Amino acid sequence: MDYLPNILFAVILILGIGYFAKNISKLRRNIKLGQDIDVSDNKSQRWKNMAMIALGQSKMVVRPVAGFLHIIVYLGFIIINIEVLEIVIDGLFGTHRVLSGLGSFYGFLIASFEILAVLVLIAVIVFWVRRNIIKLKRFWKREMTSWPKNDANYILYFEMVLMTLFLVMNATDVQFQEMNSGNAISQFIAPWFEGFSESTLHLIERSAWWLHIIGILIFLNYLYFSKHLHILLAFPNTYYGSLQPKGQLNNLEAVTKEVKMMMDPNVDPFAAPEPGTESDMPAKFGASDVQDLNWVQLLNAYTCTECGRCTSECPANQTGKQLSPRKIMMDTRDRLEEVGKNIDANKGVFKDDGKQLLDDYITREELWACTSCNACVEACPVNINPLSIIMDMRRYLVMEQSAAPTELNNMMTNIENNGAPWPYNQMDRLNWKNE
Amino acid sequence: MSETLKVPTMAEYTAQGKQPEVLFWVGCAGSFDDRAKKITKAFVKLLNKANVEFAVLGTEESCTGDPAKRAGNEFLFQMQAVTNIEVLNAYEVKTIVTACPHCFNTIKNEYPSLGGNYKVMHHTQFLKNLLDDGRLTIEGGNFKGKRITFHDPCYLGRANNVYEAPRDLIRKLDAELVEMKSCKSRGLCCGAGGAQMFKEPEKGDKDVNVERTEQALETKPEIIAAGCPFCNTMMTDGVKTKEKENDIAVMDIAELIANAQDL
Repeated sequence: MDYLPNILFAVILILGIGYFAKNISKLRRNIKLGQDIDVSDNKSQRWKNMAMIALGQSKMVVRPVAGFLHIIVYLGFIIINIEVLEIVIDGLFGTHRVLSGLGSFYGFLIASFEILAVLVLIAVIVFWVRRNIIKLKRFWKREMTSWPKNDANYILYFEMVLMTLFLVMNATDVQFQEMNSGNAISQFIAPWFEGFSESTLHLIERSAWWLHIIGILIFLNYLYFSKHLHILLAFPNTYYGSLQPKGQLNNLEAVTKEVKMMMDPNVDPFAAPEPGTESDMPAKFGASDVQDLNWVQLLNAYTCTECGRCTSECPANQTGKQLSPRKIMMDTRDRLEEVGKNIDANKGVFKDDGKQLLDDYITREELWACTSCNACVEACPVNINPLSIIMDMRRYLVMEQSAAPTELNNMMTNIENNGAPWPYNQMDRLNWKNE
Repeated sequence: MSETLKVPTMAEYTAQGKQPEVLFWVGCAGSFDDRAKKITKAFVKLLNKANVEFAVLGTEESCTGDPAKRAGNEFLFQMQAVTNIEVLNAYEVKTIVTACPHCFNTIKNEYPSLGGNYKVMHHTQFLKNLLDDGRLTIEGGNFKGKRITFHDPCYLGRANNVYEAPRDLIRKLDAELVEMKSCKSRGLCCGAGGAQMFKEPEKGDKDVNVERTEQALETKPEIIAAGCPFCNTMMTDGVKTKEKENDIAVMDIAELIANAQDL
């Protein structure tokens, strides 16, 4: 019977980590539904970006208040989790505060965890107030209703509860309080429990301990269903993010081949394709669904934590248009999840569901409102690129469906016929010289 | 004035067996748009003044393909790009300067993988170099002490991280450079990019250029400086919407410098 808690703990731990691992492998599979893209270049610059932007939070502090609060929560998350190591060892082997043998260093560690826990608690409360009382505009856009709105609050509640449990656990740990080392904050909470008998205290301490670790495991498994995935994916996302100047849009290779063929008088257009080349041609130009996007764009979609900095900087959104770069990312993710579930339900093969990203999620009106100004790309704290998705979808509309707005068709006809977007003759290009 | 402009073409240079130091890529707006043509001429005056050996392609120039690409027409873009690259490479062009950030971005970033490799400069960078090398001098004169705010073109700023060259030039005019609340990497678009210039905007509460003009007006400027012919059009329209066209001028950096010297 003595081993019951240990066994119970091990079972919970294995279930918690196992279910998480299962969902992560699903996540990987979904991301790999995207087209291949070569991101094997410039490794040192990529590591540097990850270190600066994800680890170093360099783009977060562009907005100082949110940036500062976020750094507290982020540090708290990373550092307090060292404590989880001790909890896991204690849980598995039935020890109590196994690392306390480290002496004063242990006291130093726990004291810093406690101080951080309070700071995190304060930061999270401020976050909640900004979201629900001050109602910052970017948290109340039209895509931020129902689940996205609740999801954001659930995360904050989770963190409040976990931090409280950690502090209560320490405050009611009689031995720990007697050590009087490391109880920087909990010594002030302990008096609240003064009248309690030792056995009641022990019960509260044990409950807090169990709830804390179970809470952490639940939170871990909540990630996959939540925007909160960014705490993991921010790292690969900043690693794989584009290293090119923001203005550079990729040149479609398949188009290059066709254009070269049209321009080269020596090419026989009726010649049989060289073996192996036919398969290099994509089935379609541009993107109408998630499988047409590349896997970095899909990784972007899962990484998005819906902070809305992109949308608040977007000129189209600021002037009341339907376009919201955040919604582009959320729609991409939601459609990808739908495709993933479809694959799960159909024994590993996608069965056409008559739906796609275009029109069923993202409207043409949204796509055509973009000025390609890159404000959203610049604003994203984790280097997500909504613009690249918008451009790939425009490519589909124009090259596969000839569905550009009439004025743009006129502009393109002009370029085709006279080399300028307006109906002027190319032969008049130098007339300004003599005007 | 126009008779004083020296605008040789690449064809003329090649006929003489010579190579200019730089090709001036005029761009469609700079060639055809009445307002932008003034920018083109102002820049040419400065090139003439500094004795820069430059040439234009003239009737051999064609749209870079930028608006087609941003509208989603990759075919048309690449047709334009490949044609232009053939012309540029035939003339063995090495260095290009342009007063249009869209042409600048496209030639600099999107032509290389299609076989067009050139050193590409925005005219503000080029003018800055002329000043640094002492080939051109600015006497602040007309703009001394004037409040000037600079609107960052997206395709120069965010797209290519060029923020300082235009600002350095404004400072050299002894003018008072005032920044808008969103500037540099957080500068608001004028509303013309991504082929928006050629279509009506989608339904909303406001036009982007009006929003941006309001931000500019908050700085109480005497002049709104621009570095892009499209931004120039959008901001000029915005100023007209706000009925401020008699108080505030929208001018390209090249025009500021040319006017400062009464060129």
